[in-house]
Amino acid sequence: MSKKATIGFSEEQAQLLEVATTFCRDKSPIEKVRSLLENERGYDDAIWTEMAELGWLAIAVPEEFGGIGLGVAEVVPVVEQMGRTMMAGPFVSTTLAAQAMLVGGTDEQKQKYLPDLCAGTKATLALSEPHGDWDLTHVECTAERLGDTLKLSGRKTFVENADTADLLLVSVSLEGAPALVVVERSVLPEGTLRREVVIDETRRSYQVTFDGVEVPASALLDPSKTTAALVHVDLCASLLLSAEMCGAAASCIDYTVDYLQTRKQFGKKIGSYQALKHPIVDAHVGYEQARSHLYCAAFNFTQQGEGEVATRIAKAQAGEALSYAADRAIQFHGGFGFTYDCDAQLYRRRSLWCENQFGDSAYQRAKLAELLL
Amino acid sequence: MSTISEKELSDYRSDAAAWFAENTNADPGFMLPLTFMEVGTDQQFNFLREWQHKVYEAGYLGAAWPKEYGGGGLDQKFQTIATEEMAKANGPIMLNAIGLNWAGPLILDMGTDEERKRYIKGILSAEDIWCQGFSEPENGSDLGNAQTKAVRDGDDWVLNGSKIWTTQGNYAKYMILLARTNPDAPNKYAGLSFFLSPMQVDGIETVPIRKLTGEYGFTQTFFTEARIPGDSLMGKEGEGWLVAMRTLEYERGVKGGQPGGYVMRASDPFEIVELARKATRGGKPALEDPVIKDQLIQLMIEARSLQLNSKRGHIQPLVQDKPASLALSSKLMATEFMRRLNEFAITLQGQRGAYYVGEPDAYDEGLWQRAYLNSFSATIGGGTSQIQRNIIGEHVLGLPKS
Repeated sequence: MSKKATIGFSEEQAQLLEVATTFCRDKSPIEKVRSLLENERGYDDAIWTEMAELGWLAIAVPEEFGGIGLGVAEVVPVVEQMGRTMMAGPFVSTTLAAQAMLVGGTDEQKQKYLPDLCAGTKATLALSEPHGDWDLTHVECTAERLGDTLKLSGRKTFVENADTADLLLVSVSLEGAPALVVVERSVLPEGTLRREVVIDETRRSYQVTFDGVEVPASALLDPSKTTAALVHVDLCASLLLSAEMCGAAASCIDYTVDYLQTRKQFGKKIGSYQALKHPIVDAHVGYEQARSHLYCAAFNFTQQGEGEVATRIAKAQAGEALSYAADRAIQFHGGFGFTYDCDAQLYRRRSLWCENQFGDSAYQRAKLAELLL
Repeated sequence: MSTISEKELSDYRSDAAAWFAENTNADPGFMLPLTFMEVGTDQQFNFLREWQHKVYEAGYLGAAWPKEYGGGGLDQKFQTIATEEMAKANGPIMLNAIGLNWAGPLILDMGTDEERKRYIKGILSAEDIWCQGFSEPENGSDLGNAQTKAVRDGDDWVLNGSKIWTTQGNYAKYMILLARTNPDAPNKYAGLSFFLSPMQVDGIETVPIRKLTGEYGFTQTFFTEARIPGDSLMGKEGEGWLVAMRTLEYERGVKGGQPGGYVMRASDPFEIVELARKATRGGKPALEDPVIKDQLIQLMIEARSLQLNSKRGHIQPLVQDKPASLALSSKLMATEFMRRLNEFAITLQGQRGAYYVGEPDAYDEGLWQRAYLNSFSATIGGGTSQIQRNIIGEHVLGLPKS
């Protein structure tokens, strides 16, 4: 870690932040978020189409593949605002799948898939397995070559939006080494998806059983790039989860502060009591730190070494910040905080999901210790 | 409209670097204070006074203050460079911190021409040491409740009362003093006035306060029928609160330009890494303890938070939600961080964490233990962390007053 951490903010980030702030606020009011909890799909497809039209899916894809040619740094303000309004949908999973394809795909695959992904075709990652190891190279699902086809077997967990994604990027062990294959959902037989009961009810997460699924050999991504693709996806996912958590922390704190400003007990507004005021200030200060790390990570993302350090720090800090803010949000809402009707639970559930995907705070610090000490 | 060339700046930088490399002596053979609040012996005082004088004579202090009052008359950019080079050379702190960072900028900005001529040069050269008379024994963070009285008598003012935590009060020639001139004013703030008071007059006595470290550095100041001249009043009678609040802003160099130097030498988390490499806990290297590793990384992250917050503060779209937030939070964050960092440094040392300054087997001469105990001066002084949380809660988050 360099002694002087740097941060910068591009013109494009500023514009996207502004547009996304308004868009997400308008499209994802809390009533909408709650109504989608009951919805099988879990998101509003019309809003997805609008996002595609705004070009958000194309942000971090080079122009030669139908993208806008910016970087993942420019996706950050968009995801931050989605997190702020708890907007659900396959935006992040599709973005990550595109990034995996971009780094790990063959030229042919990139030409074939990326323009569609930029235009609104949905995709997702199938990387996690029941063993629960956050190390993405720990792969027990297998692929076996049978002439011109690959025969898959094994089970993937936490595959977001697998029900509506058109493409799945699946990690497998092929001839003893990790590999990535692109699987079109249409080839999956009936009954391969099982919806998981997950703590964050705004999300749709699936287990996918690939036993016996066959794909053409051309579905294999460039094996020489698998490691690079997995590293890239790991860090991209961590960065975007940090963005989501920072956004959620901001609105969780705002939500709680509103309550502290209005609710009266013992003749006084409860926000005047230091037992509540000081911890919410600590939550706010923690959020401010997390946001600085988020934009530092975005700015340094493409820097060898420094990008990984900054991203792992961002994930660790965003995780701590949102956990604390949401935990206190429940407590400070008192009896109401214990109800399903109180939004505090939505934030807390979301934080538990986000923190546990791609490595929690303690895991990130352990990885940082390997890098820095 | 700056017309300074890059070459001028880089030449200035190399001159400053060379000067500090040649003249800095951070190890005079006795322990130097980490902050201006820890100057506890004449030996330390004399060394630091001479050091400040030398830096001033070389032009690296007050470089951006007006020439006619003793400054260098240069652009602030030059002073910033000089201060950076001083830090790189790991130079000692500047002794006359209250003069340089509070009184000096205040006098430059709000004082009369006569006041500027009388005081500024002595502040820069460390000829005239300044202290601050804000806190009182019964009113620590509650400055507005100050009870020390100043009563007009002919041309003079007569002072009665007591101030506390007077840093370098025993060495000071002048005090910036907040005193009550009208006990019957419509509210407590309206009755206060601000003085540039001489200290070496009959009826002003300072008594050293021994700190939890065992050292000295602060005094309590007693005023008993002390008579100071009428022109000690700064600004208008009854407007002392406004002047005092402006004064606190200068600490951050908001107005009047920064004179340079630094008043604190913060412990560096990278030095903690060095300590973690050599220290042992339970007979094993501290760095083999996974809990220690986790905590160390967390502290390194927080050290970066402080740097990044200050940088993000300049990026308008990223602070527009709550514009005052980062500025108002920085004192709380930085001081609490330093306290925890120093505490952690002791934890790292295992059994030897129980040693203290003076014990030859103590790691780094007991620096961390001393720094930890001293770190409370910053989490209490200038408004406790609890007061800072109230300020952030009320001014940034809009919560009702406590």
